Amino acid sequence: MSDLRELYQQVILDHYKRPRNFQKMECANRHAEGHNPLCGDEITVYLQMDGDVIKEISFQGAGCAISQSAASLMTTVLKGKTKAEAEELFKKFHDMVTGEGQGADPMELGKLAVFCGVSEFPVRVKCASLPWHTLHAALEGKDEAVSTE
Amino acid sequence: MKHVVCRTSEEPCQECLVGFGAEKIREDFPILWTKVHGKPLVYLDNAATTQKPQAVLDTLMRYYTEENSNVHRGVHFLSQVATQSYESGRTRVRQFLNASHDREIIFTRGTTEGINLVAQSYGRKHLRAGDEVIVSAMEHHSNIVPWQMICEEKRASLKVIPMNDAGELLMDEYERLLSDRTKIVAVAHVSNVLGTINPISDIIGLAHRRGIPVLVDGAQAIPHMPVDVRALDCDFYVFSGHKLFGPTGIGVLYGKAELLESMPPYQGGGDMISAVSFEKTVYNALPHKFEAGTPNIAGTIGLAAAIEYVEKIGMQQIAAYESELLDYGTELLAAIPGLRMLGTAKKKAGVYSFLLDGIHAHDIGTILDLEGVAIRAGHHCAMPVMKRFGVPAAARASLAFYNTRADLDALAKAIHKAIEVFA
Repeated sequence: MSDLRELYQQVILDHYKRPRNFQKMECANRHAEGHNPLCGDEITVYLQMDGDVIKEISFQGAGCAISQSAASLMTTVLKGKTKAEAEELFKKFHDMVTGEGQGADPMELGKLAVFCGVSEFPVRVKCASLPWHTLHAALEGKDEAVSTE
Repeated sequence: MKHVVCRTSEEPCQECLVGFGAEKIREDFPILWTKVHGKPLVYLDNAATTQKPQAVLDTLMRYYTEENSNVHRGVHFLSQVATQSYESGRTRVRQFLNASHDREIIFTRGTTEGINLVAQSYGRKHLRAGDEVIVSAMEHHSNIVPWQMICEEKRASLKVIPMNDAGELLMDEYERLLSDRTKIVAVAHVSNVLGTINPISDIIGLAHRRGIPVLVDGAQAIPHMPVDVRALDCDFYVFSGHKLFGPTGIGVLYGKAELLESMPPYQGGGDMISAVSFEKTVYNALPHKFEAGTPNIAGTIGLAAAIEYVEKIGMQQIAAYESELLDYGTELLAAIPGLRMLGTAKKKAGVYSFLLDGIHAHDIGTILDLEGVAIRAGHHCAMPVMKRFGVPAAARASLAFYNTRADLDALAKAIHKAIEVFA
């Protein structure tokens, strides 16, 4: 059970069941769609950018607990961050879930550290990183849908 | 080891079921002794691929140790031994399917290649603009995409037999789809997602009344029930060795000789020719015309060993045992609150595709894996089926004759754990 609870932490389950910032944003000036064809996870990330700063962020989607909670938690930490700060966080998050890089300091990742268990489940890395890839596409203003495949 | 096999009757008798002995059979499959995350492996992903009995593993080892050589080429000793083993594999498959002639058995890489071969060879020759190919709503992508490709090239179109909510084909609709424009019908014998056993004889009969040939995708039927291609009167039957307890990379296309004779080669190369010059090439006779290049010799011999193995148990006995096991599991799963079964056809093979309220299939798959239970989660290479039922993904547990009631108990227990985690 310990492995199980490491992956499916209460915070993750809570965000899956009650996703935060889960709505279409009418005033968005950027948005992007992400898709994981392997399991059918879908996410749309909406941004309202004020110059280089994320003023508002929301998402909509459907999929597994990991992808949806990762999207929900992502939206709770990015408000007010600059594009560069968001990309830096993405890199740290990516390093954590893939177990690559120097191993990010959990303190720097704050509540996103609940996803550290994902690195033990290689097939679920794509689930956790899909919202961030989608965010990246939205920040870059790409129109094409992001795919994890 | 010896299994009790009923030789007196076509129908399985009670004695056969009692004597089936899945527990004993499990000893023939070394991989089933594996531990996963510290728990005994409960392998319920048989629709994806099956495990291999020791007899198949030994055969592959023996081939590479004692016989390895190329076939149909050498005058030397080993080449003759390998050729004989390879060709006797063909005879074994012919007998297993009850086909008339060895030359009607073409070795392929698998079901997918078999369908592509027929689509590219038969399809390219016979399809014209405005013609139609009929498939069903429950096809695997491998029995959709090859037809779409040739239809696009020939400006023909694909027609789809719809199904009801239980996952049964609507035969009236099928009959309406058949017309003078229909050039071939391609349907699954058993659905890989829903487990439905399609009324394949009726499907063939209706097509034949109009002189339309039928290809049967037997990938999910061949491990579970006796298949007699002459009794079915199908024109093509395709399956994969790895789903029949044999190696990967080997498959079979059965085709009626007169149809195969009339079809152009699929691939060019060695073995499929009888004479080559820069001006003209004369193609080899069946079955070699469709087997360009060095074939999967080890795979063929391994497949023949797998067939020998299942025949010792008896396909009738396997079908009867699995049917009883399926019913046991269906009841067990139906008692789980919030579980919805996809595919509730009256005639079903050992497949349970299911959804759990509030838990995505991928999460089910991960949690079950941690309990040692191997299932498939996703769209099962049948996205149109998922769309038909309005779900992005489903979890799927699928049976083989080495599964037991204990495996299904472990499945149910693991599902309860998933529900507990998400509660």
